[in-house]
Formats: sequence, C-alpha cells, structure tokens
Amino acid sequence: MTDVDISKAATAAVGRPEIRNTGLLRQSLSIAKRNLIHIKRMPEMLMDVTIQPIMFVLLFAYVFGASIDTDSPAGYREWLMGGIMGQTIAFASFIVAVGLTADLDKGIVDRMRSLPINPAAVLVGRSMSSLLHSSIGIVVMSVTGLFIGWRIRGSFLDALLAYALLLMWGFAMIWVGILVGSAMRSVEAVNALMFATMFPITFLANTFAPTDPMPTWLRVVAEWNPISSLVQAVRELWGNSPAAPDSAALPLQHPVLATLIWTVVITAIVAPLALRAFGRRTAT
Amino acid sequence: MPRSDFRRDRDESRMRLSAQTSSVGRMSSQPAIEAEDLVKHFGDTHAVDGVSFTVPEGSVLGMLGPNGAGKTTTVRMMTTLTKPTSGTARVAGHDVVKEPAAVRSSMGLTGQAATVDELLTGRENIRLIGSLYGLPSAYIRSYGDELLERFSLTEAADRTAKTYSGGMRRRLDLAVSLVATPPVLFLDEPTTGLDPRSRVELWDVLRGLVKDGTTLLLTTQYLEEADQLADRIVVIDHGKVIAEGTPLELKEQSGKAALVVTVSHADQLQTAAGLMRDLVDEIHVDESARQITAPAEGLRDVHRVATAFESSEIVLDDLGLKRPSLDDVFLHLTGHRAEPTTEEEATA
Ligand SMILES: Nc1ncnc2c1ncn2[C@@H]1O[C@H](COP(=O)(O)OP(=O)(O)O)[C@@H](O)[C@H]1O
Ligand SMILES: [Mg+2]
Repeated sequence: MTDVDISKAATAAVGRPEIRNTGLLRQSLSIAKRNLIHIKRMPEMLMDVTIQPIMFVLLFAYVFGASIDTDSPAGYREWLMGGIMGQTIAFASFIVAVGLTADLDKGIVDRMRSLPINPAAVLVGRSMSSLLHSSIGIVVMSVTGLFIGWRIRGSFLDALLAYALLLMWGFAMIWVGILVGSAMRSVEAVNALMFATMFPITFLANTFAPTDPMPTWLRVVAEWNPISSLVQAVRELWGNSPAAPDSAALPLQHPVLATLIWTVVITAIVAPLALRAFGRRTAT
Repeated sequence: MPRSDFRRDRDESRMRLSAQTSSVGRMSSQPAIEAEDLVKHFGDTHAVDGVSFTVPEGSVLGMLGPNGAGKTTTVRMMTTLTKPTSGTARVAGHDVVKEPAAVRSSMGLTGQAATVDELLTGRENIRLIGSLYGLPSAYIRSYGDELLERFSLTEAADRTAKTYSGGMRRRLDLAVSLVATPPVLFLDEPTTGLDPRSRVELWDVLRGLVKDGTTLLLTTQYLEEADQLADRIVVIDHGKVIAEGTPLELKEQSGKAALVVTVSHADQLQTAAGLMRDLVDEIHVDESARQITAPAEGLRDVHRVATAFESSEIVLDDLGLKRPSLDDVFLHLTGHRAEPTTEEEATA
C-alpha cells in the first residue's frame, strides 16, 4: 500500500467512482450517439441527404431527362440514380467537415481531449455518425429511385457489392472531411469551400450526363475523375448501364477495380494529412 | 440496479479508500498541482514565460491576471491540451507531458467558454461525459441526479442546454466536470460574463467542493473573486508571475490599512481634524470629500477614534477601516488596472 497515489488520497473524503478505460470502440460509440441526438433534435440537418438529392433526382429526371441520351435499358431516370448516389456519398466529406469544425470551434473537442479517453474517439465517433448520416441518404435515394422507375437488374451479390463500394467511398471521403474540418475556422468557411469544390467535382464526371458527347479534354478529365469510376461501377453492378465503350478512359473499363484503387489511394494520401492537420489544430 | 445500491457502493468505496489514508498521510507532502518554469511560445508571442507555482492538496490557488496575461494557456498546459515549450508540470503527481492519461484521470476542467453541448439536455450532457469516463450507467444516473440537484438544475434537467441562461450553462459545465469526482479541478474564468447573483451562487458551489477536499486552480480577472475564494494568489501579467501570496499578504504589500472618517457638515471638518490629531500620528484632510484619513493598525484604532467622536458634537457620515483592495495591489504592482474593460469583457 505504499504506492497509493495522490489522486486517491485527495478523494478519499468524497468516495471516488472507478474510472474505466472502455476502449476506442465504446468511446467512439458514445460520441457517435451524441451526434445522432443532434440529428434527432435538428432533423433539418438531414436535408442534405433527403430533400436536396430528391430535388436533384426530380429536376434532372424530368427537366433534362428528355434531352439526355443514355445507354441505360430503362432510360435516363434509371441511369441517373448511380450518379446521384455517388454525389450523395461524396458529400459525406462535407458532413464530417461541418460537424468537426463546429465541435472544434465550440470547444467540444478540447472538452473530449481533456478526458481519459482514446484521443481518436472524437474522430472515429464523428466518422461513424457521418457515415450513418450519408447512409440514410443512400436509403432515401434508393426508395426515391424505386418510385420513379429505377430497378436493380443485376444479381443480389452484385447489388450488395455496389452498396459496399458506396460505403467504402464514404470512408475515403471522411478523411477529406477531417482535413477540411481541421483546417477551417468556421462552419461558414467549410460551407463555402465545400460548395465551391465538391459541387463542380461531382458534376465534372459521368454523374448526371454521359461523358462520350463531351469535348475530348473535358471527357478525359471527367472519366479520370475518381467519382466516375464509382458511378460507373454501381451502374454496371445494378444492371443500369452496359459496360463503358472501348473509347472510354482506362478506369471506366474496369470500374470496380478502379474504385477500389481510388479509395485506397485517396485514403493513403489524405489520411496522414488529415491527422496532421487535426493534430496541429488541437495542439495549440 | 436500483439507485440506492449505487449509493451504498459509493459509501463502501469511501470506506475502502479512507482505510488507506494512513499510508497516504505520510506521502501527502506532495502538492496536488505543481508547475516549474512553464513556458509556452506561439511564434513570437511569449504567452507564458516561466511560470512556477504549487498548490497543496485541498487548497485553492487563484491565478489573477488581465486579459492576455497567459492564464488560459497555463491551464491548457496543466490539463494536457497543449504541450509546454519548456518546463514541467505535475497534476496529482503525474507529469503532464509524460503521463497525460494519468493526468486526465485525476482532473476535471471547465474551460473559459462553457463547453456544454447545446443540443443535449442537461442530463444527457452528464451522461455523455460519464459514459466516456467508463462509469456504470446506473451510477451516472443516480449521481447525475445528485449533481443536478446540487447545482439547482433539476427542473431544467430535461431541457436542451440551448435554453439555459449563462449561469445555468456554467453550473452544468461544472456539474459535468464533477461526474467522475476529480480530486483536482481547473476552472478557467468560471464567472466571466455572469451577473452578480449567479457569480455569488457559483462561489458558494465552489466553496462546497473545496470543503469536500477538492483542490482548485481557478483563473480570474476579478480581484474580488480571488479574494473571496483563494487561499493563495499568483498574479500574472505578460506571461510572468509578478506577485504571489495570500490575499492578505498581497494587500499588505501595497500599503497598510487606513482609518477613514467622513464628517456630515463641512464646517466641522477642522474641528474633527483637531480631535484626530490628538489621537493619531499623522492625518490627511480631504476637504472636498469631507474626509480625514489616517494610517491605522486595526480595529483598536477604530474603536479609540469612534469613542472620541461619540463624546463630541461632531456629526459623522461614516467611520471605518479601509484595507487596500486587490485592485490597488494590481495597480501597485503593474502600473495598470486589472479589471477588464467592458469591451474586453464582451469578447472574452
Ligand atoms: N493558439 C494561440 N496562438 C497564438 N497566440 C496565442 C494562442 N493562444 C493564446 N495566444 C496569445 O497568448 C497570450 C496569452 O493568452 P491567454 O493564455 O489566452 O491569456 P488569458 O487567458 O490570460 O487571457 C495572448 O497574447 C494571446 O493572444
Ligand atoms: Mg483566458
């Protein structure tokens, strides 16, 4: 009993409960749960994965639908769904960044960092809730799609693989979100930056219009855009589009493999940058 | 598990722990908080520039200084949120750089801005932090209720913190910090921005914690606050400790107490001055304020002078002993006042 430390001595009078390190997973779940309560209290936070993409689907399907020619067996509306899902999951980065910046700005992150928990729990918890947030969008999109005539025409396993690819993509986007969220000082700045980058990036692809009629330079850019691989992959796996023509860029010839490579590459490059940015932001 | 069981568990752990106090007693010469030559530079800004202090277990250290003095930066180093550029610090015996996890397990922090989660209710805020500490949920529930009660938040417990007043947020923030009963508590400007009544209420809460054995380090820009709560005060300015001592010692540094007599009628001022000259060594007469001031040792002098005036015709407005305030101390030490200007207060 000679090595009793002072923290016990000081609290002998008040009877201190035992602090237990419950591990990264449980700690992250606690934080994720808190983030989900936020959504429950402010359901309008879900607008970015509900009203907004539904509006896009309807606008594109009915306004542009008639004038855009695709190779999809069931027409533009069905073809569109892979694109809108790709965009929705890419915006996971947006969701992570906004949430993280708000927590950093309000001192919530510091509050968590002063607790005896795994320091990564803040980021993992944020990632979990953001992925769930985006997944709600994917479900809403799927249901909306079913209403306007979208169908899964491939095998069950292929369909599942398509959803798995979307989730993997969301995982890679989380790192982008942590990077942006750590670098920006206010939610407004995050909104402005993400709006100015993610929208053009997700449009400059095969998401809403086929790439083959584009001028050559634009077509090259669009087809090498990583999102195009993801969108082409889910379209093919759902049986919403035939394989890309021989004239398409290499990644679109092997979209599933390309998507896997893109997610690994993006994560490998962005994750260390994101962790460094977060470390720097919280160190001062 | 019913609540009462957990209360009993706590009582048992109290007994278990107190059984160890005899062996602890011999070791408790170790201070609860210790800083040695702490330095923090942000580029060219020397935010903290060689600060040292020790806080004995169970006592209160007030860190007093104006805006930008380096108080928050010091607290952030002590609570492992930022690494010192140089120097060492220990909390409950643990080095803040080498054993951050142990430090985090032994202290609670209430930051300068109340960092409660606005979208969570009071109860949910406590539950979140309690679960991150790994406390059993039944314990969090029962002890959380106790804390909410103690901080007069029971009625508001199920409302989101967004609807709370500034004082309620501060109290909730403190309640959240206490859920794991940390032996050491850091409070960064706990009452800045509070109205006088909430401030006094919070002081009472803090006194209660200290009575229960908690060691407190609190920063403040308010001299009165340090005077009210602290056993010892370190005055810091521009990242350096410029004075240290008990509130009384600091006050004595900047001069002795004074006896101040205010007469009601200006035409009696000279008579009063004559009377006092017979009683004390030197006096100072301020005609416009109808005041006579004289150095005084203590209440004995007040009594002597009061008796003399009682048997005279002179009518007095006031007679009393005026000790220098910490404000005078600060002015004496630094040449500038410490109280925040209203503008600074708004941005604090
Ligand atoms: N992260 C930071 N980067 C640069 N300068 C900082 C940072 N934090 C504090 N400072 C500067 O350090 C000094 C002390 O600040 P602070 O510790 O917040 O003082 P106080 O809490 O006493 O008002 C100020 O000049 C402040 O501008
Ligand atoms: Mg401060």
